[in-house]
Amino acid sequence: MGGHTAEEIRGEIRRYWIIGLALFLLTVITVAVSYLDVSAGMAVFVALLIACIKGGLVAAVFMHLISERQAIYALLILTVVFFAVLMIVPIGTRASPIPMG
Amino acid sequence: MQIPYTIEERPDTGLYNAKLGIWLFLASEVMLFGALFSSYVLLRTGDPGFMTMSHDVAEALHLEGHAHRWSDVLSVPLAFVNTLVLIFSSVTIVMSWASLRLKDFGKFRLWMGLTILCALGFMGIKAIEYSSKFSHHLYPETSNFLGVYFTLTGLHALHVIGGLIVLAYLWGPGSKMWKSQPQRFVNRVETVGLYWHFVDLVWIFLFPTLYLL
Repeated sequence: MGGHTAEEIRGEIRRYWIIGLALFLLTVITVAVSYLDVSAGMAVFVALLIACIKGGLVAAVFMHLISERQAIYALLILTVVFFAVLMIVPIGTRASPIPMG
Repeated sequence: MQIPYTIEERPDTGLYNAKLGIWLFLASEVMLFGALFSSYVLLRTGDPGFMTMSHDVAEALHLEGHAHRWSDVLSVPLAFVNTLVLIFSSVTIVMSWASLRLKDFGKFRLWMGLTILCALGFMGIKAIEYSSKFSHHLYPETSNFLGVYFTLTGLHALHVIGGLIVLAYLWGPGSKMWKSQPQRFVNRVETVGLYWHFVDLVWIFLFPTLYLL
């Protein structure tokens, strides 16, 4: 997707490099934060938050989801719903454990 | 027989066939990796000893300190470099696509070649990591954590190898299409680019969850 004139494509290229740089910096921050003395819960929260931001940037800009067709959005909404179900399974298991022996 | 919508967009979806196809494939990939991530979360939160390494094993591995976790055997510096390599490859592959759209085939070859080198570099570093584990007799059956580590990173590495084969084809013999059907070739590069970004995206989550937490 995106622009079709040479000028628009060059604008996209600038954006790709900026996002690449942001991803580099966020990776450095992820590693730096992992060396801080914080609680396990906080470490998980920060690491996953940064990973989500990085993943969002890749999906939005490099995979150009920021300006895609509706058919892809519909497909991805369905995927997100089923992915959420997968992630809820461990939480559900913890909430209602099977009694052992 | 001519296959329709390899270049022009279908009126109902607004997409050419391969683009809809790759997104459907990526959706199935989300579920594949999602199921494995879910299993990892379940194992890690359900078993209090999941990450704990026995004192004997830690001693045999010459690990310093008192409390040892299985993730201590993983190399954060190598994984950090691999993360940067994959991120850079995401930039180079999108640059190869942009170069084609600017009708600069020479630049396309350059950026695609760099992407291939990044993929090879990633696999080289991964091979160093794996061989280091094997030399210390650390295998998937050694612990549940290592089982998860080898399964997730191994499956991811298989995806890198798959992508590498397609990238090499498009860089080499497949690039002949640029002369006969340029727009179809641009679409092919865009499609493999989407796949490659997904491989990068999976690693973005694997790196902190396996190596840092």
